[in-house]
Amino acid sequence: MTQVLADLTRRGFLSGAAGVGGTVVLALTLPGFGGKEKPGAAAGGQLNAWLTISADNSFTVIVDRSEMGQGVYTALPMLLAEELEISVDAIKVVAAPVGDAYVNPLNGGQVTGTSNSVQDAWEKLRMAGAQARTMLIVAAAERWRVDPNTCHVENGLIHGPAGKTLSYGAVAAAAAKVPVPKDVKLKPKERFRIIGKSRLRIDSASKVDGSAEFGIDVKLPGMLHGALAQSPVLGGKVAMLDAAVAESMPGVRKVLVTTSGVVVVADHFWQAIQARKALKITWEPGSNARLDNIGIRALLEKAAKADPGSSARADGDAAAALKSAKQSPRAVYELPLLAHATMEPMNCTADVKPDGCDIFVGTQVQQMAQATAAAAAGLDPGKVRVFTTLLGGGFGRRLDVDFIPAAVEASKAMGAPVKVIWTREDDMTHDTYRPPAREEVSGGLDAQGRLTAWSLHITSPSITARASPSTTDPFDSVVEYAVNYPYAVPNFSLTYTRQEIGIDVGYMRSVSHAPNCFVIESFMDELAVAAGKDPVEFRLSLLEAKPRHRRVLQTAAQRAGWGRPVQGRFRGVALMEGYTTHVAQVAEISVDEGVLKVHKITCVVDCGQMVNPRIVESQIESGIVFGLSAALWGEVTIMEGQVQQTNFNSYRVVRGNEMPELDVLLLESGEAPGGIGEPSVALVAPAICNAIFAATGNRLRALPIAGQNLSKA
Amino acid sequence: MTKLRVNNQIMDIDAAPDTPLLWVLRDHLALTGTKFGCGMALCGACTVHLDGAAVRSCVLPLSAVEGKSVTTIEGLSAGRSHAVQAAWLELDVPQCGYCQSGQIMSAAALLRGNPNPSDTDIDAAMSGNICRCGTYPRIRKAIHRAAELQSAPALQPAPVQIRDGVQK
Repeated sequence: MTQVLADLTRRGFLSGAAGVGGTVVLALTLPGFGGKEKPGAAAGGQLNAWLTISADNSFTVIVDRSEMGQGVYTALPMLLAEELEISVDAIKVVAAPVGDAYVNPLNGGQVTGTSNSVQDAWEKLRMAGAQARTMLIVAAAERWRVDPNTCHVENGLIHGPAGKTLSYGAVAAAAAKVPVPKDVKLKPKERFRIIGKSRLRIDSASKVDGSAEFGIDVKLPGMLHGALAQSPVLGGKVAMLDAAVAESMPGVRKVLVTTSGVVVVADHFWQAIQARKALKITWEPGSNARLDNIGIRALLEKAAKADPGSSARADGDAAAALKSAKQSPRAVYELPLLAHATMEPMNCTADVKPDGCDIFVGTQVQQMAQATAAAAAGLDPGKVRVFTTLLGGGFGRRLDVDFIPAAVEASKAMGAPVKVIWTREDDMTHDTYRPPAREEVSGGLDAQGRLTAWSLHITSPSITARASPSTTDPFDSVVEYAVNYPYAVPNFSLTYTRQEIGIDVGYMRSVSHAPNCFVIESFMDELAVAAGKDPVEFRLSLLEAKPRHRRVLQTAAQRAGWGRPVQGRFRGVALMEGYTTHVAQVAEISVDEGVLKVHKITCVVDCGQMVNPRIVESQIESGIVFGLSAALWGEVTIMEGQVQQTNFNSYRVVRGNEMPELDVLLLESGEAPGGIGEPSVALVAPAICNAIFAATGNRLRALPIAGQNLSKA
Repeated sequence: MTKLRVNNQIMDIDAAPDTPLLWVLRDHLALTGTKFGCGMALCGACTVHLDGAAVRSCVLPLSAVEGKSVTTIEGLSAGRSHAVQAAWLELDVPQCGYCQSGQIMSAAALLRGNPNPSDTDIDAAMSGNICRCGTYPRIRKAIHRAAELQSAPALQPAPVQIRDGVQK
């Protein structure tokens, strides 16, 4: 501690707003806690944007990432607690309001996505904890009139000379006024007490007794309930409405035409749902009236053939190398539309008053939610407070804000708070779907079976171009992983043809990684077969400069028994680096009379420094299950502009009784923290499809697996 | 008015007889621990106990539960003391948590009738409860652990820090 303070004294204090990780953390007024607990209200102090300490020594950590299961409400406070030298048990978590301090510079906004919450918070929150600790010491030293260098903290107490002690709470108010120290030193890894050790999630207790509050659970005084009727044809509009019957039904207050469709507002949600059935709406279907899957597929194929695409990465001369190669296999892979199907359907509660608006919503994008609500309410964004609830699953669906305006418009019209809930059918048929893709790939092999060329041409709609119209780079959502193709090859070409399909596509967990990894890892297997090499050996031969890739691949192969056949079982492998995390998977399957059974998935992970290994493990398992549902059954189909899947009976997802054995190994790693929410999703489909090839000789170049021929080729 | 017993309290409900029990619990009684997931008994998020048996409250009209006894996640135990809840915390099962009330209610009903379920029993009893976060491996382990805790009253769950850490 002495060292820290000496350092601090030498360099002096930074007065006013302190720059930490490029963001302003101090002198910040927190809006958005009205009606809820006010941090720091109990005569304590707000020490920075993430921490308040009350006089009774309770700690509130303001978490600026949305909790959707990935564990940020636990991992982020752990970072701060490590430096503040308090127990995580003492911490209460509140969701951050909209604020500049809460911007994630890695995402360019207050955004929870791209699996980078810990990466972003890693320095920022440890620094916030360290600065606060130093400010508490300075305040205590002033109180005692001693040199701060004679004081230190231990287990949440400030210790001074001659056995003096003070609680943090006793000096919190004074500490909040201490200038923020600059260049505080962070603990070396060897001294971590909290980081790297598994502990119970802070949110778990509330999730086993039903008290956890999701958006759908919000209840405000005088709140009304809304059910939304949206155009069955995606993108359609209301042409005519006869609401006479609906408006006469029990509990119905009003039927409103909003920008999202028709909202029935009633005292209770069930009443709103019943009345919605009685609406007579004529829809103007718009341009998607004849859209279907065959048309979408043809659209992508036509675009792919007409356009060589924009280059996303080019090394050497792939075209020439393919021509001169001994062998140059070529294949076309196809990916379907997918629905997110979060367990909590979309919903939003809005309370619009003449001078302001509150929204209560499970969102991954607080600023965009604020701007959207402001536009819907006709208010300045500064007049909108966003209360982020727990998210009943995000998976990227809640990076969109299309479920916000109806609640705001309805609340404004009714002069009362309104909660609009989508039914499962609404949610399934009006998702922002994972875009379909057509990926044409070829590789060149020389006479020795060495890889000399790789060429990939992706044709797909751009999510980013829709979600961020001002983007200068509409490619990232489509090609991000393919750009990072890890294998050594002298001639490489990656091109992208953007082809929109008329409906809204959205980010889904493992955004570009899942489609790109399916193609890359499946085709790497095709090349290994063409080269007459073992799929693991073939990959290893191209990874000489990639020690982390090699380590996870070799470990997974060994652990899964690669090279040691089991009668009737077949294995497939996949490898990926994504979100700076390295993952290898081996799927073990059998195919009996054309019926696939996935027995086991072995997954080895190097995600760098872990904060809470038990959460890491759960996220890796979670990603595998998510990827498994998509690989086996995931497909949204469209007929005459309408999504045909409406509920979990037509959009099948993995259930507990359908689970393979999961064997997850987390490797110790000295590298910086990587993302854990998304990477494991992407490897499941290629690992299983490679195993299916090993079992049957059938190469599956489209997903899902269901419905495809798995008989022996 | 429809009379029913919810978490050991007699309630008079003023709702249309066709109102599903789920919405009675959530909108009329503010018991929001029971979740809406599908409305068709396909996902299990709405699972509650009706006279001790696990049922999907989203398809159960109020008229069908008149005079019966309903237990929701809020009434399962005091202070999360039910063996299933204790095991859930010990293994830190929840992720997003949305489906977990339903999972816990299904697991509690399973253990009531079958104190030592096999994996096959668990598969059969739990297949109606979807978890999109994929907590299935931990759910399976936690059910086995809950069976242990339940069968040996002296056996205490491993110490876990239980707090109400998340602002409601």
